[in-house]
Amino acid sequence: MTTRLPRDLHPVAWWLWAIGMATAASLTTNPFVLLLLVAAATVVVVARRSDQPWARSFRLYVGMAVVIVVVRVAFRVVFGGGYAGTVVLDLPAVPLPGWAAGITLLGPVTRESLLAGLYDGLRLGTIVVCVGAANALANPKRLLRSVPPALYEIGTALVVAVTVLPQFADSARRVRAAQSLRAGETGRVAGMRRFLVPVLEDALERSLALAAGMDARGYGRSAGLTPARRRVTGALMLTGLGGICVGVYAVLDRTAPRYLALPMLVVGVAAAVVGLISAGRRVERSRYRPDSWRWPELVVAGAGIVTGLLGWWVSRHQVPLAFPDLSTFPQISALSLLGVVIAVAGGLCAPPPPSSYVVAVPLRQEVAA
Amino acid sequence: MIELRDIRFAYDGATVLDGVDLTVEEGELVLVSGPTGVGKSTLLGIVSGLVPRFSGGRLEGDVLLDGVSVVGRPPRERAHAVGYVGQDPAAGFVTDTVEEELAYGMEQLGLPPETMRRRVEETLDLLGIADLRHRDLRTLSGGQQQRVAIGSVLTMHPRLLVLDEPTSALDPTAAEDVLATLTRLVHDLGVSVLLAEHRLERVVPFVDRMCLMTGDGTVRVGDPGELLAASPVVPPIVELGRAAGWHPLPLSVRDARRRARGLGERLAPPPVPEEQPSTDGLEAQGLTVVHGATVALRDVDVRLPAHRVTALMGRNGSGKSSLLWALQGSGRRRSGQVRVGALDPSRLDAAGRRGLVGLVPQSAADLLYLETVGEECAAADGGTGACREILDRLVPGVPDDHHPRDLSEGQRLALALALVLSARPDVLLLDEPTRGLDYAAKRVLAGILRDLAADAHAVLVATHDVEFVALAADDVVVLADGEVVSSGPVRRVVAESPAFAPQVTKVLGAPWLRVDEVVAALDAS
Repeated sequence: MTTRLPRDLHPVAWWLWAIGMATAASLTTNPFVLLLLVAAATVVVVARRSDQPWARSFRLYVGMAVVIVVVRVAFRVVFGGGYAGTVVLDLPAVPLPGWAAGITLLGPVTRESLLAGLYDGLRLGTIVVCVGAANALANPKRLLRSVPPALYEIGTALVVAVTVLPQFADSARRVRAAQSLRAGETGRVAGMRRFLVPVLEDALERSLALAAGMDARGYGRSAGLTPARRRVTGALMLTGLGGICVGVYAVLDRTAPRYLALPMLVVGVAAAVVGLISAGRRVERSRYRPDSWRWPELVVAGAGIVTGLLGWWVSRHQVPLAFPDLSTFPQISALSLLGVVIAVAGGLCAPPPPSSYVVAVPLRQEVAA
Repeated sequence: MIELRDIRFAYDGATVLDGVDLTVEEGELVLVSGPTGVGKSTLLGIVSGLVPRFSGGRLEGDVLLDGVSVVGRPPRERAHAVGYVGQDPAAGFVTDTVEEELAYGMEQLGLPPETMRRRVEETLDLLGIADLRHRDLRTLSGGQQQRVAIGSVLTMHPRLLVLDEPTSALDPTAAEDVLATLTRLVHDLGVSVLLAEHRLERVVPFVDRMCLMTGDGTVRVGDPGELLAASPVVPPIVELGRAAGWHPLPLSVRDARRRARGLGERLAPPPVPEEQPSTDGLEAQGLTVVHGATVALRDVDVRLPAHRVTALMGRNGSGKSSLLWALQGSGRRRSGQVRVGALDPSRLDAAGRRGLVGLVPQSAADLLYLETVGEECAAADGGTGACREILDRLVPGVPDDHHPRDLSEGQRLALALALVLSARPDVLLLDEPTRGLDYAAKRVLAGILRDLAADAHAVLVATHDVEFVALAADDVVVLADGEVVSSGPVRRVVAESPAFAPQVTKVLGAPWLRVDEVVAALDAS
């Protein structure tokens, strides 16, 4: 059972799990199913998150979800006049000028319009909570580190961007404090300049220092790559990109010639894949302690996918249960319930996170004693 | 193993290096020294390959690594042999935990996972940072960051380590830790080290050879004892040796102490510092500052009398900056009170605060935002010319049309100081002003602070530099973990805590602080 000892689960597994739940949420407006999905995500996050900084972000996402629901319902009250159904609050309609025809301000608020807003908001809020759960459970940087070798440069650029952002906030705070220590223009434009110039100079200097540091530590070493190989890789990537663009356009635009659609898309994807492999071969780097993919990863990712599939099946074959009528009390499908149970059970199959990243110093002292 | 041959480097037409020859042998610790702006960082950059690639400029000559020319190759192609750690180690961190940072360079070299695993563990032990392995890099103290940065290049098993001012931002104890680590690497692993450092007093005892940059683009390489005899920048101990006529010059405190036997008796009685009547200044009582869950300051009482310079010392992260910002009134305090005369600066608006208490922050560049020195001065005093006048008094001859970023460290600090002083504050606070200043610039700064104190200002300067404290300060406050552990006149505090003692005190004993005192006493006797 060593696979269940405390460790970090592969980030891709958490993201698949969360995306599965988000898919299920996007395919229903049933408030009970949505609330159950939120509860499932919350239970797993509470049980399996580590004590690293990003793990605390879950609360932020829940807050965002609540705001979304509130805003949706509020919009229904303000602009939702003229919705047929049982009136619960009879507000006077505000007459609007002719150019705003089609929009009603206030007016009688019906139960149906409120419920529609609530269900819709809940759906969006649940998706946000699922994304938040993935963020809290898997270090976003570790996720970026698992990109294929050919996309290594892009992955690094993203990692650097993620790193630089908090530093940017840091330097903004520092400069704002420092600028209050001296006199100078206080106008809007001049004040902006006072603040922006040092912050941007700082950011530029930091980026240069980081680039220099990365280069000095061997980033981007090209081990004996010939210019010809580089050109071939470049050509393959460009062809692939062009093919995919044209193909996707032709697939979506029904009037385009058919030979441009699927064949072009297939050729584009094939060229891109070959290009990626060719580019990946030149990257001569290895990975320190790569995240392993074992059975808990499979179970977690599988649970998410099954939940998503069940949600899709219900939305296709049990439409009244997936999208309940606004005038009746919503019923819940047994399959949706099963999906939620699978999501929770799968999520809890993950090993617990390493207890604490701050290594126990007292332990060492005990050993010494 | 690495050899520079007839290196010439020019930047924007100005020659920085002119025919430099330097060889670093296996297992050697070579110090690059010289006044500020003489091109120390440039020289190190040429060895690591970052100059001219990341700086611009024109480079001629040849760099040989084991007899093979590498001058045209980018830094990444030398990474396996030359490890470079820059001035601010935190700026070069790529990943976010200690362990990943140590592995990053090896990943780039494509080493097999077992090798990486083994080397990370070895390096963690070698540098004594095993208990930090999972820590977020941004939560580390300055000394820890420096050691992680050294470790992150060591894992690649380079044969030459290039370090740009590895101890300049560190408190005395952390600096000694880092230097001890370096000597251990040189002795045990045979790594060669090339380092630039302003504070010679810290590194000279450990150095095998010295490369002195004279300022005209050439260098003199040789034994530190011989070179320091004529060097324009010398640690206090060498100055003392020169004054006392010792030959050869002592390089470590231990050497000097042996030589100084008998010198103490020859000296006239030590000067008795006259106690100035302490008039009003700034008084703070029961200051408590909290950042989130951490207590930065706990119930701190500080008194800054006018006419006196007080130094604020303590290790990195002991709450020095928090104290300065709380005294200035911009930083939020949890409890306690600050009084300047009858006023509390935190109850005033920004303009009122800076008229009462001036603060020069750690990165003085944060204050500057305009294109020329003249514009900066005009913006600060509203065109009355008062700021320019102060600047001329501090450091004469700073051209009006220069961009503030083009000034030397010392000139830029003086400009920031002038901007702050143009609001005519009674109390002046400075946060780590000596970073990157050479001995001459520090002496100028010390003179400026003494003049301000004579001019009825109360001055508080936070610094790690014990020699600067000996030069500039009357009183010392030592902070640890947010509390005041000792405070009082410099002579007493320094005598009580050997870690904060300047070299002269270490050599001659308690009352003596500065070389000029000893020289005066020698003349008198």
